[in-house]
Amino acid sequence: MDATGMDSPSIDRRTFLLAGGAMVVSFASGASTNAAAAVAAKGHVAPKSLSLSEVDGFLAIGADGRVTVYSGKVDLGTGVRTALMQIAAEELDTPLERIDVVQGDTLLTPDQGATISSVSISRGGVEVRRAAATARAALIEESARRWTLPAASLSTQAGAVVAADGRRLAYGELIGGRQFALKVDAKVRTKDPATYTVVGKPVPRVDIPAIVTGRFEFMHDFRLPGMLHARVVRPPTMRGRLGEVDDSAAKRIPGYVATVRHGNFLAVVARDEWASIRAARALRAEWANWEGLPAMDRLWDEVRRTPVLRDEVTQNVGKAPEVVEKAARTLRATFDFAIHTHGSIGPSCAVAQWTDGNLHCWSASQQTHELRRQLADMFSLPAEQVRCSYIEGSGCYGRNGHEDAAADAALIARSFKQPVRVQWSRADEHVWDPKGPPTLIDYVAALDSLGNVVAWSSEAWIPAGQSVSRATLVAAEHAGMPVDASHPGSVQNHLAIQYRFPNIRSVAHRLAHTPFRPSWIRTPGRMQNTFGNEVFIDELAHATGVDPLMFRIRALDDRRGVEALERVAKLAAWQPRGGPNARGGGSGDVLRGRGVSYVKYELVRTYVAAVAEVEVNRKTGHVRVTRFFVAHDCGQIINPDGLKNQIEGNVVQTASRALFEELRFDRSTVTSRDWATYPILRFPDAPDVVIDLIDRPREAPWGAGEPTAAVVPSAISNAIFDATGVRMRSVPFTPAKLLEGLRRV
Amino acid sequence: MAHTYALRVNGRTTRVTVDDPDMPLLYALRNQVGLRGPQFGCGLGQCGACTVQLGGQAVRSCSVPVSAAAGKPVTTLEGIGDAGRLHPLQQAFIDEQAVQCGYCINGMIMQAKALLERNRSPSDEEIRAALAGNLCRCGTHVRIVRAVKRAASTMA
Ligand code: FES
Ligand code: FES
Repeated sequence: MDATGMDSPSIDRRTFLLAGGAMVVSFASGASTNAAAAVAAKGHVAPKSLSLSEVDGFLAIGADGRVTVYSGKVDLGTGVRTALMQIAAEELDTPLERIDVVQGDTLLTPDQGATISSVSISRGGVEVRRAAATARAALIEESARRWTLPAASLSTQAGAVVAADGRRLAYGELIGGRQFALKVDAKVRTKDPATYTVVGKPVPRVDIPAIVTGRFEFMHDFRLPGMLHARVVRPPTMRGRLGEVDDSAAKRIPGYVATVRHGNFLAVVARDEWASIRAARALRAEWANWEGLPAMDRLWDEVRRTPVLRDEVTQNVGKAPEVVEKAARTLRATFDFAIHTHGSIGPSCAVAQWTDGNLHCWSASQQTHELRRQLADMFSLPAEQVRCSYIEGSGCYGRNGHEDAAADAALIARSFKQPVRVQWSRADEHVWDPKGPPTLIDYVAALDSLGNVVAWSSEAWIPAGQSVSRATLVAAEHAGMPVDASHPGSVQNHLAIQYRFPNIRSVAHRLAHTPFRPSWIRTPGRMQNTFGNEVFIDELAHATGVDPLMFRIRALDDRRGVEALERVAKLAAWQPRGGPNARGGGSGDVLRGRGVSYVKYELVRTYVAAVAEVEVNRKTGHVRVTRFFVAHDCGQIINPDGLKNQIEGNVVQTASRALFEELRFDRSTVTSRDWATYPILRFPDAPDVVIDLIDRPREAPWGAGEPTAAVVPSAISNAIFDATGVRMRSVPFTPAKLLEGLRRV
Repeated sequence: MAHTYALRVNGRTTRVTVDDPDMPLLYALRNQVGLRGPQFGCGLGQCGACTVQLGGQAVRSCSVPVSAAAGKPVTTLEGIGDAGRLHPLQQAFIDEQAVQCGYCINGMIMQAKALLERNRSPSDEEIRAALAGNLCRCGTHVRIVRAVKRAASTMA
């Protein structure tokens, strides 16, 4: 054991036993950050720890003092990269400009799970924070040893350990280019939030200057030397069986390279992108007819009639069914929520290359580690032979087509030495991304003779699916290769409610199938179920003549939840109401109203209370959300401006889903093939968003990527009721449904 | 048969050779000129992600044949400013942090530029109307409107 000269490059592993401490710190040599990145870029294997329990899994410090954060969580356009940089900069006392982030590369980043469910900060951020704090403690210990000073007398500042007498040891000198070889200390003392200088500040996102000047590299911009371009030719039905293929016309397109067929999978490869598009158009293929989809106007009957695989009781308090049976008064309502597509503005895109039987795939997948396992299964390869690297793409909002484009590229590229790029068309994305499944929920509540709610019961019809966060890869299915079942996201979430009623029962009927390959799309299940819950709660408030905001406060036993509701009431200058407020109000044909909604996300984290303000045109049935107020408590705030950006995005995107979006289909396939047939919200309909952030620096940081979306449809529906007396229980709130409702009130 | 066109992009002339004169300008800009500003979103003229200025007009480069663009000045997001010399719109989008995934932002800035060239101090309603043909899925609308307003005020 050598306890001196840790700078000497000839000694490749040293262990320092620290005087007076039980902790053993060993710094071992390893590839420097930049070398690792460079090696990584060439597609070779670098000796980089992927361990979730090792500091080296998450962090490296180069000789130049630059810190690289390795994050399995990726930035989906949510500002997570900047937030993780802030966390690392704070905990390591290093200027933000000296932090780099490598995200979602199966060769370099630990498997922190898919970037879903708004846990990038609460899980990913906390893991990085602990690793950074452990690293900082080790750097201090090492300096204490070198200076023979007590560790407690040292501090850190601007990327260096500093002694009381002003001596400094830069991190680069201490560890530069070597590994920490150190377990993350789960109980490590992290910084006192009162001393934060970077976390909690509205640090500008680091990627925006490149984006606004056209210098940013999106997945769609990624090019490799010699790369070929491919287009997949999908069947005209959702279960196409491919017959004869005539590629004689395609072959005459200059630049045509090859037609690739595997079973029912068909693609065409060309030297340039436009040639691949022309060749795909020129390809003549015979597809068997298939008409197995339900008739769109009978969708909800079909859902109700689908075989149930199992019933999941998601909440059971008291004896709700018996109480309902004997109740003085009951209320019943049925809610449905249409099928949605993710609707990324940039259709999915991926590049794949095979070298000596090893696959390297570049994509904007939010789950590179899972994708790697899936591709390995698809090609019957050990996972070690597959590498997936993340490059930022167009926002995906869940499991859209990115992974499928990756599988397409991998399958096509197998026939070539060169890398192959697959770019989906607009119709590919609309038709072939997996869909947010249709959701149907029945509610019944019982009131006693005094008007108290004595029982609440809900039952939902939602697809079962497997438990792993995967969706079937289209290419594997069409090519007859090994496939997984699809997972719709944990869509049973939020069937259970937070309100305290004496008897509650909620049940999820998990269905054997659903019309389209399901996957998670922002706030999966939580949005649909909260929509039903929070409109039905409003119905109960109305039935008992209590102001809906007060009704919620009374039914909650949660200080932070109540505070969120009180803050939004203040923010929106909420006027208590016992029934529809503005029936006939407003001017002329325009009726105005306001509605409230609330959620504690997954019943365990982020609180959101909201008030929507709407204008309803009673002649046209058009609903416009004018303002949307949000009080938001996600504990410790990492970046208040990034957080507001997320909340605004949640509101506007979900207003779009609630007002406009419904996937259309015939018996064979999706007929919403573009933005004309699947309209989304446009600028004139975008609400103003007014936000009150409740910061709790001493609480755990929770996520914000999804929670606000959960309350948007219900707040809007409740506001429409306030304006018109019409209950909108079916998403989207189309003019036709509204006019129909107006005829009935 | 190959056709060669002289494209005047951001003040520079590039000769591009294509097999198909109907190939949209977008593909020439991205794959031959090597630009990353204009993006492919739909290829149908429906979303605005591919917007560039052609002869001073904001156009959907996915729907303009390369042959029709030859000889006319094309300006892309890269051409209006860079890190050292940001266009007021680029600066305003940074100041307002008016980006989520950023995929639509090329179109937003290029469309807004055309608006500000004919209306130097647009109201919120005018900005919303001018951008109504540009889609954003992330819901960045509110910030984008603020950024355009800010740019207008700094350019005044
Ligand atoms: S890509 Fe040109 S308008 Fe959508
Ligand atoms: S910022 Fe993502 S589409 Fe507009």
